[in-house]
Amino acid sequence: MAQSTAAPTPTTQTLTPLPLRAIAPWAVFFGVLMLVLLYFVGAEQGATALVSGEGVHEWVHDARHLLGFPCH
Amino acid sequence: MNSVTVRTLLVRGMLAGVAAGLLAFVFAYLVGEGPVDAAIAFEEANSHEHGGEELVSRSLQSTAGLATGVLVFGVAIGGIAALAFCFALGRIGRFGARATAALTGLVGFLLVYLVPIVKYPANPPAVGNPDTLDKRTILFVLMIALSVLLGIGAILLGRRLAPAWGNWNASIAAGGAFVAAVAVAMVVLPSGENTPKGFPATDLWEFRLASIGVQAVLWAAFGLLFGYLAERVLEPKPARGRVSTLAA
Repeated sequence: MAQSTAAPTPTTQTLTPLPLRAIAPWAVFFGVLMLVLLYFVGAEQGATALVSGEGVHEWVHDARHLLGFPCH
Repeated sequence: MNSVTVRTLLVRGMLAGVAAGLLAFVFAYLVGEGPVDAAIAFEEANSHEHGGEELVSRSLQSTAGLATGVLVFGVAIGGIAALAFCFALGRIGRFGARATAALTGLVGFLLVYLVPIVKYPANPPAVGNPDTLDKRTILFVLMIALSVLLGIGAILLGRRLAPAWGNWNASIAAGGAFVAAVAVAMVVLPSGENTPKGFPATDLWEFRLASIGVQAVLWAAFGLLFGYLAERVLEPKPARGRVSTLAA
């Protein structure tokens, strides 16, 4: 029973957890990258602005409203 | 080996996010643009200062602009949810890859969207005072952060109680604790409502329903597509996976 990983019963077997130190580097780097993407869709040129002007805000305007972000 | 698995799952999560974003865009275009146009018509009929030249035309905003926003949102959500899936896999009970992916999609929809919008619902154009945008943005992000953190806390609590109480009672206790904590947060946080006088209630309702629909389509499509893709990585069919399974 301890060697359950050797039994190929794909439907009901409990999966072995992925070790945290294998996940952590991806989670840190891509987690931050994904949050930057969310920031540009959800808040850039609204409450704060990294790029001057209204171009980003106006371009994603409809998506920002329909995804539920405060827009203006 | 495990790091490669995480990378593969991350890439597949982002691909599933793009596909889910595409479906959500189609839904948003067909269902959401009507209420947006109605709100803009109200805005133009009631505004004193509006009428400057448009930077991006309405026809671009409602097609290419909408698609850009929803697709980028889909990629980002797909990536983050795939990483959450990597953490959850084999740690939340006896669920396979598909079921874990479906649960990740469902829990993500609840914690990142549905719970926060109970307090701060989506608003169409014309609803929302530009002077309070900073405050509303901070409150919205804070509400999402609280919802996600309390949700993770509830899941950990449920796992802690499960051995002694059984899965059913532990899940009910954790769910109840989550609802109670979120309710306290919602009561304490200031209101975000500032609908202008005379804004048609039907338009507001239809817009918010469309917004819920867009997010529901996105998260559901992500959970199901990613489940299919993740299962092929983690639980390969015996015919293809026998050699590697025996080697492990």
